Amino acid sequence: MSTPMVDVHGVHKSYGSLEVLRGVDLKVQPGEVTVIIGPSGSGKSTLLRSINHLEKIDRGYVAIDGEFVGYRRSGDRLYELRERDILRRRTQIGFVFQNFHLFPHLTVRENVTEAPVSAQGRPRDEVEALTTELLEQVGLSGKADAYPRQLSGGQQQRVAIARALALRPKVVLFDEPTSALDPELVGEVLEVMQALARGGTTMIVVTHEIGFAREVADTVVFMDAGQIVEHGPPGQVLDRPGHDRTRAFLSKVL
Amino acid sequence: MSAPAVLEETAAESAGSLTVVKARHPGRWIAGVVVAVLLAMAVNALVTNPAWDWPVVGAYLFHPSVLHAVLFTVELTALGIVLGFLLGTVLALMRLSRVPLLASAAWGYVWLFRSVPLILQLLFWYNLAALYKQISFGVPFGPAFFSVDSMDLIGPVTAAALGLALHQAAYAAEIVRGGFLSVDPGQLEAAAALGIPRARQIFRIQLPQAMRSIVPAAGNEIIGLVKGTSVVYIMALPELFYQVQVIYNRNGRVIAMLLVAAIWYLVLTTVLSGVQHYVERRFGRGLARALSPTPAQRVRRILSVRRAARRQRPAWGGGERR
Repeated sequence: MSTPMVDVHGVHKSYGSLEVLRGVDLKVQPGEVTVIIGPSGSGKSTLLRSINHLEKIDRGYVAIDGEFVGYRRSGDRLYELRERDILRRRTQIGFVFQNFHLFPHLTVRENVTEAPVSAQGRPRDEVEALTTELLEQVGLSGKADAYPRQLSGGQQQRVAIARALALRPKVVLFDEPTSALDPELVGEVLEVMQALARGGTTMIVVTHEIGFAREVADTVVFMDAGQIVEHGPPGQVLDRPGHDRTRAFLSKVL
Repeated sequence: MSAPAVLEETAAESAGSLTVVKARHPGRWIAGVVVAVLLAMAVNALVTNPAWDWPVVGAYLFHPSVLHAVLFTVELTALGIVLGFLLGTVLALMRLSRVPLLASAAWGYVWLFRSVPLILQLLFWYNLAALYKQISFGVPFGPAFFSVDSMDLIGPVTAAALGLALHQAAYAAEIVRGGFLSVDPGQLEAAAALGIPRARQIFRIQLPQAMRSIVPAAGNEIIGLVKGTSVVYIMALPELFYQVQVIYNRNGRVIAMLLVAAIWYLVLTTVLSGVQHYVERRFGRGLARALSPTPAQRVRRILSVRRAARRQRPAWGGGERR
């Protein structure tokens, strides 16, 4: 099999005495959409944040396209990278936050162009053109000069998605992207994500939107208590779960 | 029981033209009159009492020696604020850094310079030459490449500017640090997730947002320092307060000269408050849905509403609401 785009191997992570991730293995192939579901506190968000090294893991490793995120391998040793190198590698990973975290003092356009220019050193012209294209793709062509606070939550999240895509990342991570939205705004964000998935973007999505998982995911992963309980195609995990814990969770959310 | 009056449909209501009578506020009028009378009394006391010596105030307000003193006060303030905030920002970043020694050194600086009265610090700098005759530049604890006499390097003006700036830096450090802490941690996380380089995170993402809370506090500090420069009179430097003292020791018009100084301090702080308003607006971009009007815009709006109200008085009263 080819190199997976995302390779999470034996990842452990504790906050003090609380073990949040207890040996997680996950492989995501290029162009694949993986949806992670599970009760709150099961370690879904921590796993996602470990993938782009926002959280430092205690054991195991995470590789993106065969390259470790926070470390350099030499023989059988992993050397921790300096912050500058970690930041550079992170530009290969898009991240969409639950609370958008757009930069409020920058316009929509500036939000999207900032990182490709300052972090990746790409030419401004190219990035500006790409920004125009991306804003059109998320349906916000007219809002380029607006400030984030002037937009609805759904629009802000779509800007955040455009901002993540502007890096031309190898994989985009979504951390409960619709959980902070009013119910009537959820649809517009999911639509954009669905279009991305169809376009072949590799995505890992933590969400409570079971309908989205069923329709868009190639693989659904169910996590509980810091471990992956089961994973497989949506039809299998969502309709014929093999574990009691999965069944118990699904009976509550469906 | 009769039906409530409001439910009875009158001819006027069916025509859709009920007249609104505004509530009366006699208490407000009485309070307004009382304040107006007190103000008139105060103005009268200021103007009619010859002891205020208004002609002398007029004669000295734009006197060259006074103007020079004002300029020197402005210079000292500018030096104190610019150097103070530059050093203060460095101290704040040290304090927030992950290196324990840097953080504690910055803490120690703030502790020391905030604890010793400014006037004492100024005198220390003024007398530095008595403490260290020579200042050498070279390898620490090793040979010196060259040295200068402290007296030549730190004259009274430098001592004053240095004293003000170093004292100011301690306060500026805390203000800047507070500003950084007021920025949502999610902002930094988002910047980190996007891979934006660390320095760029600080100056492009954090600092502009921190400015929102830094500017009002810094405005306070600047205005405080305009007046604070008056303590350097103990070093016999010709700033505003020292200069008016020199003049009234010569001509004996104490009150008039103090008034000259007071008027100039008022002018300087008023200008600075105006500047502060515009700076706050600048950094408020994107944080409110609409920018607050500038004082000039506000005056224009009040005038235009008055004019519109005079032209037509609509049945629903209240004039234009914008």
